[in-house]
Amino acid sequence: MNAVITVVGRDKVGIIARVSTLLYERNINILDLSQTIMQGNFTMVMLVDVSNSTCSFAETSDALTKLGHDMELTIRIQREEIFDAMHTI
Amino acid sequence: MIDQKDIFATIDMIEQQHLDIRTVTMGVSLLDCCDEDPEKACAKIYDKICRYAGKLVPTCEEIEAEFGIPIVNKRISVTPVALVAGASDTDDYVPFAKALDRAAAECGVDFIGGYSALVQKGMTKADEKLIRSIPRALAETKIVCSSVNVGSTKAGINMDAVALMGKIIKETAAGTKDGFGCAKLVVFCNAVEDNPFMAGAFHGPGEAEKVINVGVSGPGVVHHALQAVKGASFDEVAETVKKTAFRITRMGQLVAMEASRRLDTPFGIVDLSLAPTPAKGDSVARILEEMGLEVCGTHGTTAALALLNDAVKKGGVMASSSVGGLSGAFIPVSEDEGMIAAAKSGVLDIDKLEAMTCVCSVGLDMIAVPGDTSAETVSAIIADEAAIGMVNSKTTAVRIIPVPGKEVGDMIELGGLLGSAPVMPVHKESSADFVKRGGRIPAPIQSLKN
Repeated sequence: MNAVITVVGRDKVGIIARVSTLLYERNINILDLSQTIMQGNFTMVMLVDVSNSTCSFAETSDALTKLGHDMELTIRIQREEIFDAMHTI
Repeated sequence: MIDQKDIFATIDMIEQQHLDIRTVTMGVSLLDCCDEDPEKACAKIYDKICRYAGKLVPTCEEIEAEFGIPIVNKRISVTPVALVAGASDTDDYVPFAKALDRAAAECGVDFIGGYSALVQKGMTKADEKLIRSIPRALAETKIVCSSVNVGSTKAGINMDAVALMGKIIKETAAGTKDGFGCAKLVVFCNAVEDNPFMAGAFHGPGEAEKVINVGVSGPGVVHHALQAVKGASFDEVAETVKKTAFRITRMGQLVAMEASRRLDTPFGIVDLSLAPTPAKGDSVARILEEMGLEVCGTHGTTAALALLNDAVKKGGVMASSSVGGLSGAFIPVSEDEGMIAAAKSGVLDIDKLEAMTCVCSVGLDMIAVPGDTSAETVSAIIADEAAIGMVNSKTTAVRIIPVPGKEVGDMIELGGLLGSAPVMPVHKESSADFVKRGGRIPAPIQSLKN
């Protein structure tokens, strides 16, 4: 099962490092990653595979939200299907 | 990977433009709960609802968390209770409403619908008992919703039922604070069996044992999309609405399939609806104004709504494997920030709303009228609305609140999604002799096919 992680906020040192560490600790594989500056904001989109994750989707989501709070960023994780459904026929 | 712009467009729709799933509604058949002993029947009803819908709320919450899309309401609809209670040896149907209320509270849902009777052609003894019990049932329960179907294109309009419903609505208003009970009571023509929206949801007798129906929302998303085509021709407006409705409905379909799989319950329909809320930026009226109307309710409003309603269906129908329910734009006055403003300003009146119901989903919805409005006038309003539904082969409904002690210009606060409503004027001239006639308005000829 794939999910999309989005990170939005002010650029700073260690965003990718801390998000990927959190994923590594839960055995979540990063499939694709892109980052850019959109309207002055740092934005990062990660496609991850959560099939072999050592914890539940909800726990990962909570951990990412908490990390976002600590780093003053907005971090979300959502199942990939919602984006597919809305933007592809 | 999916385009970044598309990802952020979806997130913006959810976080900035109020995109949500308005309701996941589980329909449950109660036909096998009939029992001569009313207490046993109520116990069977309670047990069955809890057994089938016990996991509805936690499952929806899981889906919300995983997909990042809010599911605003979780609801249950049941077989019209008159069909079940008719088998019981009792004149008091209120305990059935209380059993529904207890089961719904146990399941943690927002509303339960189906305290209903289908009387378009005639009333059984059970139908009449149920209808007469509605004021007390709605006063003594918290989240039970009631509906009565008084007409259809095939059967005509049951004017005896229409006359009775005028009185029932007045009694319901009198029995609850600010007439709040009336917000949970809908009078239909051509009611549908798979409607996921309240207060009119019931699980029709033609439906399966249990089913998942989903209603989507998204006026804010449509409004936002139309802001990008300011001044463009109506062809472009229609195209924009269609594309947006497609996206919204695809999300509804995804959630419906996921809920159906997790709850091991067949998927029924997605209702292609634009359901507003009182929040700013989530209004159907503001979409109509975006098309170039100074205030919703002025000349051109009906045409704008006709385009919107049709484009929503055209866009949505391809996005779902099964479309049903009410499917169209809703225009509930109290639940729509723009409608409230338009009604307050006096531009939007009941006559214009009635015209608008000819071209959109449902009917005169969540309208507060003065407390001294007579039962006969309420019945005549129902008759007008039912006639529109009957002749145009569409669902129409009346959810009207004659607020005790309030006059034109007063405001009532209903709270939550039900919003607030300005008390609107009705015509003073009497319709009493018209309503008193009783009998049936015959079904219309739909076409002379030979």
